[in-house]
Amino acid sequence: MMEALLSALLALASPERLMYMALGVGIGYAIGVLPALGGLAGLSLVLPFIYGLDEVAALAMLVGLVAVAATADTFSSILMGIPGSSASQATILDGFPMARRGEAARALSASFIASMVGGIVGAVILTGAVLVARPLILALTTAELFMLAVLGLSMVGVLAGRSFAKGVVACGMGLALGTVGAAPATSEYRLDFGTIYLSDGLPLPVLVLGIFALSEIVDLARGGGTISQTAELGRGWFAGLRDTLRHWWLLVRSSAIGSVLGAIPGLGGSVTDWIVYGHAIQTEKNGQFGKGDVRGVIAVEASNNAREGGALVPTLFFGIPSSGTMAVFLGGMTLIGIEAGPQLVTNRLDLTYAIIWSLAIANVMGTGLCFLTSPLIARLTVIRFGLIAPFMVMVVCFGAFNTNRDLADLFLLLGIGALGLLMRRYGWPRPPFVVGFVLAQPMETYLYQALQFHGWSFLLRPGVLVIAGLILICVFLGIRQRQLAEAEDETPRAAETRRAQALFALVPVVLFAAVLADALRQSFLGGVFPGGLAVVMLLISLPLVLQIGFARNPPGGLLHDAEVQPDPELGGFWTYLGWVAGLVALAALIGFFLANILFFLAFLRRAARCSWPMTLALTAIACGVLLVSAQVLVLDFPAGVLQAMVDLPWPLR
Amino acid sequence: MSIITPHGRTGRRDLLRLGAAGLVAAGTLPGRVARAQDFAGKTIEWIIPLQVGGGSDTWARFHLPFLSRHLPGHPTIVIRNITGGGGINGTNQFAARARPDGLTILGTTGSVQFPYLLGDPRVRYDYKAWAPVLAGPTGGVLYIRPELGVRSVADFAKLKAAQGLKYGSQGPTSLDIVPALAFEILGLDVQIVFGMQGRGPGRLAFERGETPIDYQTTSAFNAQVMPLVREGKAVPLFSWGALNAQGELVRDPNFPDLPHFAEFATAALGAPPSGPAWEAWRTLFVAGFAAQKFVVLPKETPAAILDTYRAAFARTLADPEYKEKRAAVIGEYDEVTGEACNRAYAAATNMSDTTRAWVRDWLLRRFNHRM
Repeated sequence: MMEALLSALLALASPERLMYMALGVGIGYAIGVLPALGGLAGLSLVLPFIYGLDEVAALAMLVGLVAVAATADTFSSILMGIPGSSASQATILDGFPMARRGEAARALSASFIASMVGGIVGAVILTGAVLVARPLILALTTAELFMLAVLGLSMVGVLAGRSFAKGVVACGMGLALGTVGAAPATSEYRLDFGTIYLSDGLPLPVLVLGIFALSEIVDLARGGGTISQTAELGRGWFAGLRDTLRHWWLLVRSSAIGSVLGAIPGLGGSVTDWIVYGHAIQTEKNGQFGKGDVRGVIAVEASNNAREGGALVPTLFFGIPSSGTMAVFLGGMTLIGIEAGPQLVTNRLDLTYAIIWSLAIANVMGTGLCFLTSPLIARLTVIRFGLIAPFMVMVVCFGAFNTNRDLADLFLLLGIGALGLLMRRYGWPRPPFVVGFVLAQPMETYLYQALQFHGWSFLLRPGVLVIAGLILICVFLGIRQRQLAEAEDETPRAAETRRAQALFALVPVVLFAAVLADALRQSFLGGVFPGGLAVVMLLISLPLVLQIGFARNPPGGLLHDAEVQPDPELGGFWTYLGWVAGLVALAALIGFFLANILFFLAFLRRAARCSWPMTLALTAIACGVLLVSAQVLVLDFPAGVLQAMVDLPWPLR
Repeated sequence: MSIITPHGRTGRRDLLRLGAAGLVAAGTLPGRVARAQDFAGKTIEWIIPLQVGGGSDTWARFHLPFLSRHLPGHPTIVIRNITGGGGINGTNQFAARARPDGLTILGTTGSVQFPYLLGDPRVRYDYKAWAPVLAGPTGGVLYIRPELGVRSVADFAKLKAAQGLKYGSQGPTSLDIVPALAFEILGLDVQIVFGMQGRGPGRLAFERGETPIDYQTTSAFNAQVMPLVREGKAVPLFSWGALNAQGELVRDPNFPDLPHFAEFATAALGAPPSGPAWEAWRTLFVAGFAAQKFVVLPKETPAAILDTYRAAFARTLADPEYKEKRAAVIGEYDEVTGEACNRAYAAATNMSDTTRAWVRDWLLRRFNHRM
């Protein structure tokens, strides 16, 4: 084994192969820095070029790209509060508050070091997995996979913030929206309203961008000024390094959890960072999580790089991609004539180790690149936000419609954005919402399959009991955490708008009622999961509405309104969402590309009060960025009514 | 940059596509045909209605450099993945938008053929409106766990008596309808468990021991299941088979030692399979396996352009580099163009009304599934 490891390293050490790896690292970096685009988009980009490359060079490039995208996507998470990809959402919870406090440098440096260590731990675990992964993965049947989904769900307790009840209902909304589309047991379409778009289920990237990014952009735009409230970067490069070293034990734990969860096929990698984040909250003392605690950044960033190493395990050894990114990676392997599977380890150990080395080396390369460029990129936080806002809106819209390439992506983005804005305002936690959404499908599928395969006795399987024990520990730690969270101060005068808050609390009630009504029209197997969920959630959410609206002494944390005493300096609550709505409506009329030009001109002139030369220059830059990205990703912009009537040349069509 | 010219350089999208299209349209007039056949400087869009990295996408990307090399003028070819509805969305868009100018082509696959054959209401395309220029086959092998004690068709009685046979399926109208119909024809009592996110997870369920019966397409079988067979952890029973030049079901060239399904069924049941279930199996087998992948253009496309494509694919199929590299992507199957392709197309995209009605009724009876 040592011999194979060394010869793989030597094979990789040729200048040409390292060059291809560097190319992959470069592209992964660029794609990672762009908000909302992750390794998936990057791999689709290089796929056309790998045909005909030598095996090791091609693998080095692909692996390099994936590894670095997971490091570089931190930039937008920390600096702008936009999830760099749907797999690194939890970074924003603490990273972004740090950037706003003027500690962007410290947060970035901590995250890069954590990413690098996580990536290397992932590579080490992958090395060990070559020998033992098969039996371990085969030991996890549908029953254990269902329990792991429940374990993920049990994190809602610590992610709920100040009101546990609101957290549960938010999670229920996520679960409910996650059941839209084909039922796993019967392929019946649920709540699809006869459309192909909804029959595929709601796309996770759009949901994440809407719930987190859009409300963040709107909030920043209202405040004017710069992202960093102190208008400086801070000199925290060494502070971040020290933070990471001081929390080395958390770093190791998060990396290990990340790579193990990443290696489990079918769990959905997007929930990994929430589990790790919840773990950090449960186990770290005196946490200021959610308010800019560097440990939140370290844990999540270590885990999402480690996860890429873990995700390679089922991909390489079983030929089963555990994420969208890995599906494309597998396609790339086929194109260069390598077939993943058990024989890869037995016959082509050299390639397996070349992949592992690539992962480790690329993580180091990528970290270097991120450090080198971050002083420049971090300057974004000290530029007047009015100038950045339209770019961020454009990029978020672009990231959203790159998922399905459908105008409906933009409408969904807007709808979820409005929901996110109100959830934020009225103190409904958003992480449980995302966790619920991500876990809905695996929970329903594995519950149904475990019952089919094992009957109810699946609950007595040893693996299931072990995971059940873990869940109990998590719940216990969570309860301890809850007492701290609920002891926090309430927003002053939140009771003044309780009617409006109760009205908003009706939103989940209406959703659950709709899900229930739809479930009753389905066959038993198609409707039992969403229907059961809706009934339970109605029983929780209806009393909540009454409590919020009418209770004499509502429990702590229930009433919340961030807008009771708005700062008179701020813009209106709806103004900036209105701008986005205008862009989307215009796109529906004249197509996204033209709409975006008008949006830029109008926003920069009216909202940001720029001079004409500045406005025109920024608009031109935006068009250039859009055109290059669309060209590279081979996509048409969403078309509007105009395009349906007149046949226009690209990019207008 | 999903654009490749034969020299491997990055090409540029033709911003004047409208003008180009106009030229080509003009080129269809008599006497201008020669110009229409030259794709120099043009960009061809190859629509794949499924995800990047999936089977169809990989197949198209494998073909792409060869097609560019063998089309006159070496056009730039880009692959555009339009996903949604398991392939229905992108195919609908092609049906609505593609012009007969040879600059937009569609790659279809079994999961696009099936909803069309079964009358899915979301389908807005008609295979009769298209002309095929390439057909690509694949195959599949059904295998079981050794604990069942069944080595071949000789032990069929044991298989029929086996308790608790389960099969992990992707859905009632997915490609997994082919094994489900096979179980029906053989009279096997197999519990079908839905919700598998692809054949890979189905195989994992087999390896974990949750399902004792499974099938994989040829390339996955060779890469993933053959090692299990060698270790004695899986027993292959039969392949689906393949179509010969006359359109008859024969043994799969990749598995000459395995009986094909009709052979197996004949030996198991004592008579060749027949009846509506068999008719349905045969059509869906052709559409899902024997002629799984097609490249099509709108039927009104001038014959000169269609023939240019057929000639380009004929040259691809004879290209030594293609032959050398096809194993990983296509397996040892002969893709066809020209007459053989048209025959396969007809077999894969036509289902009699009575058979369709029977399948829909069977889906309702067997799975309580309404199209």
